[in-house]
Amino acid sequence: MDAAEAQSHETERVRQFKDLILEVDGVFVSFGGVKALQNVGFSVYKGEIFSIIGPNGAGKTSMLNVISGFYKPSAGSIVFDGRDRTSASPEQVARMGFARTFQNIALFKGMSTLDNIMTGRIVKVKSNFLKEALYYPARNDEVAQREFVEGIIDFLEIQSIRKTPVGKLPYGLQKRVELGRALAMEPEILLLDEPMAGMNLEEKEDMARFVLDVNDEFGTTVVLIEHDMGVVMDISDHVVVLDHGERIAYGVPDEVRTNKDVIRAYLGEH
Amino acid sequence: MFYREVGQYKSSYPADQAIFPLSNDRIGVMIILLIAFIWPPLSGSQYLMGPILTQLLVFGLAALGLNLLTGYAGQVSLGTGGFMAVGAFGCYNLVLRLPEIPIVIDFILAGLMAAAVGVLFGIPSLRIKGFYLAVATLASQFFLLWIFDHVGWFTNYDPAGVASAPTQTFFGALTGEGRALEFLAPIDVIVSGPNATPETKYVLTLAVVVVLALLAKNLVRGMTGRAWMAIRDFDIAAEIIGIRPLRTKLLAFAISSFYCGVAGALYVFTYVGNADTEAFDLIRSFTILFMIIIGGLGSVMGSFLGAAFIVLLPPFLNIVASNLGEGTLSGAALANLELIVYGGTIVFFLAVEPLGFARMWQIVKEKLRQWPFPY
Amino acid sequence: MDLVDFLFFVEVLVGGLLSGIMYSLVALGLVLIFKASSIFNFAQGALVLFGALTFVLLTEVAGDFWMWTGWLAIVLAGAAALIMALQKLNVDGSAVKQFSDKYLPRMPIFIAAFVVIVLALFIDGGQNMWRAVFVTMLLFLMLTTAVQSPKWAIGVLLGLAVIALITDGAVTYRAFAVTLAVVIGLAMAIERIVLRPMVNQEPIILFMATIGLNYVIEGVAQGVWDADVHALDIGIPDIPFDFYGVYFSQFDLFAGLIAAALVTALAIFFQKTRVGRALRAVADDHQAALSVGIPLKNIWAVVWAAAGIVALVAGLMWGSKLGVQFSISLLAFKALPVIIIGGFTSIPGAIIGGLIVGATEKLFEVFVGIPFLGGGTENWTPYMLGMFFLMFRPQGLFGEKIIERV
Repeated sequence: MDAAEAQSHETERVRQFKDLILEVDGVFVSFGGVKALQNVGFSVYKGEIFSIIGPNGAGKTSMLNVISGFYKPSAGSIVFDGRDRTSASPEQVARMGFARTFQNIALFKGMSTLDNIMTGRIVKVKSNFLKEALYYPARNDEVAQREFVEGIIDFLEIQSIRKTPVGKLPYGLQKRVELGRALAMEPEILLLDEPMAGMNLEEKEDMARFVLDVNDEFGTTVVLIEHDMGVVMDISDHVVVLDHGERIAYGVPDEVRTNKDVIRAYLGEH
Repeated sequence: MFYREVGQYKSSYPADQAIFPLSNDRIGVMIILLIAFIWPPLSGSQYLMGPILTQLLVFGLAALGLNLLTGYAGQVSLGTGGFMAVGAFGCYNLVLRLPEIPIVIDFILAGLMAAAVGVLFGIPSLRIKGFYLAVATLASQFFLLWIFDHVGWFTNYDPAGVASAPTQTFFGALTGEGRALEFLAPIDVIVSGPNATPETKYVLTLAVVVVLALLAKNLVRGMTGRAWMAIRDFDIAAEIIGIRPLRTKLLAFAISSFYCGVAGALYVFTYVGNADTEAFDLIRSFTILFMIIIGGLGSVMGSFLGAAFIVLLPPFLNIVASNLGEGTLSGAALANLELIVYGGTIVFFLAVEPLGFARMWQIVKEKLRQWPFPY
Repeated sequence: MDLVDFLFFVEVLVGGLLSGIMYSLVALGLVLIFKASSIFNFAQGALVLFGALTFVLLTEVAGDFWMWTGWLAIVLAGAAALIMALQKLNVDGSAVKQFSDKYLPRMPIFIAAFVVIVLALFIDGGQNMWRAVFVTMLLFLMLTTAVQSPKWAIGVLLGLAVIALITDGAVTYRAFAVTLAVVIGLAMAIERIVLRPMVNQEPIILFMATIGLNYVIEGVAQGVWDADVHALDIGIPDIPFDFYGVYFSQFDLFAGLIAAALVTALAIFFQKTRVGRALRAVADDHQAALSVGIPLKNIWAVVWAAAGIVALVAGLMWGSKLGVQFSISLLAFKALPVIIIGGFTSIPGAIIGGLIVGATEKLFEVFVGIPFLGGGTENWTPYMLGMFFLMFRPQGLFGEKIIERV
């Protein structure tokens, strides 16, 4: 956290960073004839909160899918921590230290909250299936994972729903459990796809607080997509704005807020 | 009143993660196991031990194997019979050709053979999903049985294609006179073939099944089980949290086939005493699938409950039919009636309680908790 | 390769293609239902058996069966008419109205009655009276549950009575008409009673339910009729037919024509009629179809009825080829590789898939299986082929590409 010489959270949250963690350069993605992303590039600093914004259909989720390895870009590169990882599979990306949540919650509906968050530890587990079958050889590992997960459960204040099947939880809590699962992976970069969509004001504030806390306490870099401009401008260090698959603005929130192209994209041609 | 969990606090994570977190359940299961090991051999009833209990255990084990694959990992397989056949004929050839190996090791090796074959037929699961996969697994069923039918070596060139379990002792031929393990001969018993007593066969089966069921329970409550369920519930999300899809699915195929293979070996050695490929035909695969549907998808205990239902239904219908008076129901009518009751029960369960007996049992326990004062 | 070898090859190939068409007949029914409701109807094979058995037995049963059927149909039609009349008169508070309002829409009553009848059949060894009750009740069940229109019920039941009591000479036509009604009825009743209440369940659960249904139908079919092998002659000679030195089975050729006619009829139905358009909309997206006012339930009923007809046609063709017997229901297992190769949602796929499966299994058996492997390879070649196919095209040849979104 030394890079983030965090001035206080009040005022405009202008923080200084020096190490790049993720460099996206000249990415193109298309589906059939539809060009989802055209020559999009930006850099994310270690320890910052980075936002991708833009109107519907701008290519935000596609961008996140490229970063998490779900789509392969037809051109361009993605460099993580100095290593090129453009063609890594989602599972490899996860093991490098990326975690993400989804716009439409992607929890494991047949499992409890605890088990869902425990799945996030799979990347960290050392035991194998033979040890697990015998139970005792794997017990210490399992208990260690459980302790870590209980920490996350406490952090997210979801102790009371620990053993509830996630399918039965309300939307806001499901979003929180999904965040918990991502946090359980101890990611270096946390990708959040509209973490506050469909929430009321109170839930949004809770979620924003969690995101800020994660960033502060664990130094996790956060890349998020969000519609709520107020939230984005408040918590982000840098913002990239996409429209029709192209980058139209990129910079600190204040620059972006006053950018003519951004205003046009959001308010229409005037 | 009697079934209370009040006051049972867990103070450590291991205690909270135990298979039976409630002391009531723990004690109950111990008592049931004790009775299962002691009572049938004491009763001396061959009918109870053989056709009823051993059959239940053998098919319960196969159902458990399928449940690991289908109920936990979400990969529907219609090829259970084929994998059982690999275990059965594999074990038969091991005992026949290498009589020195102790029988339990034979079972394990037979299971491993089935696991290898299972992995082979599980490879398409990376690309193929759902129904397409279910249909593709039929390939293993038909192909494997065809091989066992057409390659005489597997049945030692028996003219009828029947593999009859040879006489084998627990520690194998090495306890014979002048062999390495002769000192074990006094405690060695015959466990298969015509000279084995039903008591030995039953107890051996029960022991194998109990151990394997325990291992399975450990697997599904650990990270392996969570990875399987993650793949089952949402494969894309599973991949994005770092689960390797192919490895996880193939592991499910391997372990599932291992269980089916051991069940097939037990079928030949401790249950029927012989087998041809018809014992492992498509009907068998479906029957085992029904066991896990009726018993409960994604439940270890459910596999055995389902097996119990399917195994006990024919004798039950027979009793009903014989009570109706001699000759009112012909054998053919009874067979058809069985089909209807099977099918009807499956449809009923899927419509009313898709999670089967296992879920019903949970509901009973929840009610029992408050009984007899529900407020 | 000399000419004789070549001719032999062609003969095997054509024989395979033609027998493949016969598989397509079964596969068509599967595709129809999958298209409309995403249900993989494993019970299609049992429906095929049920249709064939019903037809063959109806041509064989004695006169008292028809007598019972006729009078029962009249009684049931009368009862339905009476209830309708009383409802029209709107006699408030009358016991009849209360009764009809309360019990008539309740399916469990009918199902219970039906179960009792089936059980009676088993205990009585399939006497003609019980069979007559079975047939009329099945029709009544279908009309009260699937169509839910008393007018229809009266019409069809009276028709059944007329057919049963008057058309004594025309054995085949009479049997066909009644079988058609019963098979359509059964298919629609299955959809209405079993599958519609489960509509929100996972597809795989529905698939397993149809496996259960498969057993029920097989049991009922064999219990109500019998499990013997019946010869079925639909008047097409199975004499080989010489075409420039290559011998073709005339029967298989005829089967091919039937399949072509069936596919053409289905194609016209789907492309040109309103119901067909609605069906295509439903196949695309259930919710969207519902939101533009397409009556999903009626569409499903129509599709299941169509699948029933296809099953009957397949049953008659296969029955006359192999004799009507239990093994006909196992044909579903030949239809499975056909649709995984062709794609679950494509009618042309079912035909092409059938041709591929038929040709491959025959060619492989004749040129590889019998000379080198000891024969009997037809059991597994279609599945191995299907598996191989799926490795490269996981959605089959003509299936819709599966696009996964997050």
